[in-house]
Amino acid sequence: MLALTTTWPDLLVFVTAAALIVVGALGVISLRNPVHSALSLIVTLFGVALSFLEQSADFLAAVEIIVYAGAIVVLILFVIMFLGVDRHPRDEVEPLVGQRAFAAVGAIVTVGGLVFLMARAHWVTGVMSASTNGTPLASGQGEITQLGQSVFTTYLIAFEVTAALLIIAVLGAVQLARRDRESEVEQ
Amino acid sequence: MSVPASWYLVVAAVLFGIGVYGFLTKRSVLTMLMCIELMLNAVNLTFVTFARTLSDVAGQTVVFFVMVVAAAEVTVGLGITVAVFRRRRTTSVDELTEMQG
Repeated sequence: MLALTTTWPDLLVFVTAAALIVVGALGVISLRNPVHSALSLIVTLFGVALSFLEQSADFLAAVEIIVYAGAIVVLILFVIMFLGVDRHPRDEVEPLVGQRAFAAVGAIVTVGGLVFLMARAHWVTGVMSASTNGTPLASGQGEITQLGQSVFTTYLIAFEVTAALLIIAVLGAVQLARRDRESEVEQ
Repeated sequence: MSVPASWYLVVAAVLFGIGVYGFLTKRSVLTMLMCIELMLNAVNLTFVTFARTLSDVAGQTVVFFVMVVAAAEVTVGLGITVAVFRRRRTTSVDELTEMQG
């Protein structure tokens, strides 16, 4: 499996991306302050975007930074500031006995199972899938064109449903966060 | 030639495992939402890796939609968190036990 055709710049990019991803993710779950967790999440997102770039998904790498790091994490940070940082619950308390141990075992079993499946599986490669009408992925600059054509032809219905989903989500969030409805809900 | 796809898949599996552990052990709703983002990003990384491996742009298209759904999910989740905080003055999942059987 250790392909010797890998050049050292590719290897360097992969190692950097993997380090960013793992260190950021560990920071998210280990840092006490939720603001620090959110900032650590940005590190992970940059690592994921770097690995997207390495795998010729340029548009998705840009969207990863703009949407995730630029919008979602900022939204999370805004709510953390809005609710107050020091009011957040401590993780030291363990009402459910052995919860951490069970969670660790579950996570390790999940990762181990996934890696085991990967080691055992034989992926069919080299031929584009005929079932999805997919166009073969070009290397280089053709990826955005291909992605756009795929979204606006094969997946057009899903794209339109996505628009409705976003409108519903925004309206739901506005309705949930409205303050003057509180007295009516109370009854 | 880029690095083998299985290396990215292993990184994605590790990222997913970290997200699972954090989701199961954290008390704050906001941190749990961040752990859901970790898991979604692990799946996105897997999709992009297979899009490259299988040379099919459909994997990247799915990632595009996953990002949209993640944005909607975070918006509604944070709205619910703010609404619950207004009523209960807490974001700890341990204190929200009205539906306990």
